[in-house]
Amino acid sequence: MTNALSIRGVFKHFGDLRALRDVSISVPRGSFFGLLGPNGAGKSTLINIMSGLMRADAGTVAVMGHDVVSAYRQARHALGVVPQELVYDPFFTVREMLRLQSGYFGHGPENHAWIDELIETLSLTDKADTNLHDLSGGMKRRVLIAQALVHKPEVVVLDEPTAGVDVELRQALWQFTRRLHADGRTILLTTHYLEEAEALCEEIAILNHGQVVAQESKQALLARYPYRSLRLTLAKGDAPLPESLRALVVEQQENCLCLRLHKTRDPIVKVLQTLHAAGIEVTDLRTEEAGLEEVFLDLTGAPPATGILA
Amino acid sequence: MNATGPGSRLRGLYTLFAKEVWRFMKVFVQTILTPVVTALLYLLVFGQALEGNVEIYAGVTYTAFLIPGLMMMSIIQNAFANSSSSLIQSKMMGNLVFVLLSPISSLEFFIAFTAAAVVRGVLVALAVYLVAILFVDLPFAAPWAILVFAVLGSAALGVLGLIAGVWAEKFDQLAGFQNFFILPLSFLSGVFYSIHSLPGIWQTVSQFNPFFYLIDGFRFGFFGQSDADPLLSLGVTLIFLVALSALALLMLQKGYKIRG
Repeated sequence: MTNALSIRGVFKHFGDLRALRDVSISVPRGSFFGLLGPNGAGKSTLINIMSGLMRADAGTVAVMGHDVVSAYRQARHALGVVPQELVYDPFFTVREMLRLQSGYFGHGPENHAWIDELIETLSLTDKADTNLHDLSGGMKRRVLIAQALVHKPEVVVLDEPTAGVDVELRQALWQFTRRLHADGRTILLTTHYLEEAEALCEEIAILNHGQVVAQESKQALLARYPYRSLRLTLAKGDAPLPESLRALVVEQQENCLCLRLHKTRDPIVKVLQTLHAAGIEVTDLRTEEAGLEEVFLDLTGAPPATGILA
Repeated sequence: MNATGPGSRLRGLYTLFAKEVWRFMKVFVQTILTPVVTALLYLLVFGQALEGNVEIYAGVTYTAFLIPGLMMMSIIQNAFANSSSSLIQSKMMGNLVFVLLSPISSLEFFIAFTAAAVVRGVLVALAVYLVAILFVDLPFAAPWAILVFAVLGSAALGVLGLIAGVWAEKFDQLAGFQNFFILPLSFLSGVFYSIHSLPGIWQTVSQFNPFFYLIDGFRFGFFGQSDADPLLSLGVTLIFLVALSALALLMLQKGYKIRG
């Protein structure tokens, strides 16, 4: 089956800056896909290329099998993009703007019912006849989402949709994007909130310095990181730690100790035995598995870690 | 309807055109009324000052002579302003992205912006005419010339506005284009005088000003008299329009300054 998005060997430079270097990513149909990377990694450049706002120096991008250059009409019909910036046209109201956007895609009054549904679903009913200039940032964000969906695209790209929005709206947007996904759409999400990607995405690609450093399922990506945290509460906080444990310490405050352990080379039981042998009593313990944040930092420049107890 | 078929494309083009017309109609005081008042002030001042002292064409009063010139000057300035200001605003506000994300082609974009500029140019000229004929009678010697030069002139300046709007990165640059190029060329094109009343060198210089042919051909439509052969004016206007259109389409096709 054709991928929803097929990016092959894409290069893009701006002067001396090589923004994208041989980027290849496949986004399967119907997936909830996360595109992550630090600032300046090339995420927005890649989105701009797939949406036709920029042209790649080399390589190809296809949306639902349609090349974004040679079959741009079909590609753009298949793609809905929610831009990162809160852009709007101050001449029009919410409903007018949505009808115009629908018209750009060749739809007429037969699409008005869908527009009304979008207005209602995104809680814009009260503001439907308000000029966009007079809306709050959160409301403008909702309008941008409605605009991206007005032509019923099969692939929806959300570029940092929750940046700068309050908790309530973030939750509402999460719920809405989950619904879009459940309806069969492919979702590509870029976000700075790694917990957001962890909660929503099934598959993740990580860009760093314009290159893909990982593309795997979320589970495979999380399994890549071979560490977990062990949080210990000690009976006495001032007891000197054995030499073999000191290198594992991530954080120590009074009688609380946090250690980073390699999953296979630093068994918890060995840590406990070492502490017991040193006469240090443990009153409580808790383990935490690695999250996307640890994996992300590991792949994008955090110093490589090694097992100490092995 | 096929999502990418001709019907869909036509609706996309029509929507962009309608949006551009809708945009200037939402601020019609600024886009229609103000240029009409400006043109009438010129008519009042120059007409009062020179009426009876200057006769350029036999049997044509100076005020009557002035009106077609002011109408075409309004067309030139407003058709240019329509596409250029819409584009620069959309670029600065970032909302041009909504059109760029859509399947509208470069050619459709070009046609929509140009057609909207024609509508505004013709509307302003018509408004100037309707007010002016309250004061003076105007003949219609060659209605085809009035219509053709009004439409082609609006189109040419709409395209020039499109080029300027794509090229400019800030309002300042666009104001420079308007004040140092459009305004002097329109004032030095025979709006207020016949080029035959100019010294020899300036007559020659005027013949290289495409706006002169727009005004002269348009004026021929009213009086059946002109400084240049109306067919020459038509030819120059067409060449001007085609050359500007080719440049504008090339810029849009290449995504110059609008698609990175």
